[in-house]
Amino acid sequence: MSATDPILEIDRLSMIFGGLRAIDDVSLHIREGEICALIGPNGAGKTTIFNCITGVYRPTEGRVTIRRGSGQREAIQGLKPNVINRKGLARTFQNIRLFGNMTVLENVMIGRHNALAAGVLRAIARDAATRDEEERLIDDCRRILVKMRLDPFINETARNLPYGAQRRLEIARALATDPFLLLLDEPVAGMNPHETKELEETINLIRDEEKVTILLIEHDMSLVMNVSERIYVLDYGRLIAEGTPDEIKGNPEVIKAYLGE
Amino acid sequence: MERNKLFRDLRTSLIIAAWFSFLLFPLLVMKVSVTSGAALVRFRWERLPGIAVAAFALSFAWRRALEWNEARGDKPSGAGPIAALTARARSALAVKPIRLSVSAVLLAVVAVYPFALGMYHTNIMITALIYVILALGLNIVVGLGGLLNLGYAAFFAVGAYTYGLLWKYAGPAFVAAGVDPGWLFWIALPTAGVLAAVFGALLSLPVLRLRGDYLAIITLAFGEIVRMVLQNSGAVTGGATGISLIPRPWFFGLRLPPRQAATYIYYIAVALVALTVFVVRRIEDSRVGRALEAMREDEIACEAMGVDLVRNKLVTFSLGAFWAGIAGVLLAAQTTYINPDSFTLWESITVLMAVVIGGTGSIPGAIGGALLLKLLPEYFRPLAQYRMLIYGIAMILVIIFKPDGLFPRNRKKYTFEGAPSEGGASPAADGQEARR
Ligand SMILES: Nc1ncnc2c1ncn2[C@@H]1O[C@H](COP(=O)(O)OP(=O)(O)OP(=O)(O)O)[C@@H](O)[C@H]1O
Ligand SMILES: [Mg+2]
Repeated sequence: MSATDPILEIDRLSMIFGGLRAIDDVSLHIREGEICALIGPNGAGKTTIFNCITGVYRPTEGRVTIRRGSGQREAIQGLKPNVINRKGLARTFQNIRLFGNMTVLENVMIGRHNALAAGVLRAIARDAATRDEEERLIDDCRRILVKMRLDPFINETARNLPYGAQRRLEIARALATDPFLLLLDEPVAGMNPHETKELEETINLIRDEEKVTILLIEHDMSLVMNVSERIYVLDYGRLIAEGTPDEIKGNPEVIKAYLGE
Repeated sequence: MERNKLFRDLRTSLIIAAWFSFLLFPLLVMKVSVTSGAALVRFRWERLPGIAVAAFALSFAWRRALEWNEARGDKPSGAGPIAALTARARSALAVKPIRLSVSAVLLAVVAVYPFALGMYHTNIMITALIYVILALGLNIVVGLGGLLNLGYAAFFAVGAYTYGLLWKYAGPAFVAAGVDPGWLFWIALPTAGVLAAVFGALLSLPVLRLRGDYLAIITLAFGEIVRMVLQNSGAVTGGATGISLIPRPWFFGLRLPPRQAATYIYYIAVALVALTVFVVRRIEDSRVGRALEAMREDEIACEAMGVDLVRNKLVTFSLGAFWAGIAGVLLAAQTTYINPDSFTLWESITVLMAVVIGGTGSIPGAIGGALLLKLLPEYFRPLAQYRMLIYGIAMILVIIFKPDGLFPRNRKKYTFEGAPSEGGASPAADGQEARR
């Protein structure tokens, strides 16, 4: 078990919806500390792969395994989303799914749900340990918000945030769950070039300072080429290429898929 | 532009007035009287202008109000006399002496209420307070958890029947042993709460995967099933006749005359309302409460953040049901008589309306909504027969013009001094509470 042993491995994954093979025999892996990108034309099945990894869908075939630290490799396909999240995989959503009527701080607090222990009885009693826990929670969440440059919005209702801030809040909320692997589904969709540049820095920061491995889906090619070390290309549910940004840029198959030959 | 709109509204209202005159013609203008075998149609033409004018005025006012509402846009909490007033009240209440004196006055009013107003009004208030507890409980399910529950009256019934059945079957033993049966109330109270919570947990299992309409239908069916079971197992529950002569709560061995008994139950009800508010507030502002709210906002995101939805729904239904159980015991103690008719679908719907009109997810809303819905019809007796009509209109108005309810929730805000600490354990964050 070496350091380059992947922390996430997808083995011959297939997902069939009725007659549609949305994912067709896809295998990929991610090593610790990497930033990987998953790209492909619309409807290629990128989000479906995320959904299979995070337990929203139960894959029709194949295995998804993870390895945490120096621990054993374990299969996670078919587990429930909250269980998978507890194992250290966190995600954001392509169509933003914030808790719209809650404040920014409360959104991040939900991310730390499992870092806390208070149940109903302790919530009612509100003993010293529970109050301590809440205080530490607020402090932790605030630090995450500062890191994501969301602290000016801390008491704002999430629904009222500017679009770019909503995307950042999704990342902040996911980070609050203490993941070792972060799955970002089109994190800069709808952002302007300035915001995109900022998010690029944030992604690097998350990897370097928080030591979180990142897999991202993105249509913005400049972002993909800038941040990722390896890229997987998906087309009609099949993997058509894998490699460094330079290799992908020159790959005729990829060009064909994107130009729709 | 503005004149165009006005003109269009006037024209549409005219058309509507004509249409309504036509529709209501056979009902309000024509009158058939049968005298000696021959039908005679009488036309009351004098009514026609009234119908037309009323339809025109209502339609025009409604259109204008809708336009005003739309122009007001997304910021319902903006300017306006009411918003200014609540803001003023809020800032006044932030001052400690004012807050203390307001609480003192409120407490005094609550304390002298039964003595100042007599038994009739005390009994009405007890009923209203029972509904306050119900609304606060349902508010956990609908307001926080976002799960529509139309079978809420079933838990109310579980509570009332726990006390009733305890009296029916354990009462004789108490009497034989020389113990005051009024003690049963204090045994029934926690038992009913727990039993109702268990029923809540049971209901949560089949509805785990349901949302929206399906959830509403299943909970509705559950409510009816419970009522039917109570009605049809006559041997145990007394069937449609129910259980009567339920003892009033024990009070230091004294057999209180009805008037004083009502006062006593009133104070118990007040104490239980206070307890409910205390507990619900603490839950709302905790890890559990936040998880419930997150579930209401987005189940998929909530689950992806590691929240166990199964457990969450179980907690939601049980917590909500618990308070209905408590309220049920109170009802049985107040009326000393229960039968299945007190727990129909209408009961569930009334409580739901109280929550929505007051403000979904808001504690002051649940209290205010329940008091309004229960007290107003009592004091405007002549309008009581139009109760459902008025409730319906109120619902529509609130949902369109004040979707947060009459007494919306004031979210907790945090203020911070200085930068966040790097160590983690330092309490630099000072959780300032601004919620009331
Ligand atoms: N729950 C579902 N039921 C049926 N078909 C689905 C479902 N989810 C996805 N699909 C189909 O699977 C295919 C892949 O969808 P997916 O959302 O994964 O694409 P994508 O690569 O994320 O595209 P985009 O770039 O537009 O986000 C599409 O044809 C889609 O219609
Ligand atoms: Mg997608």
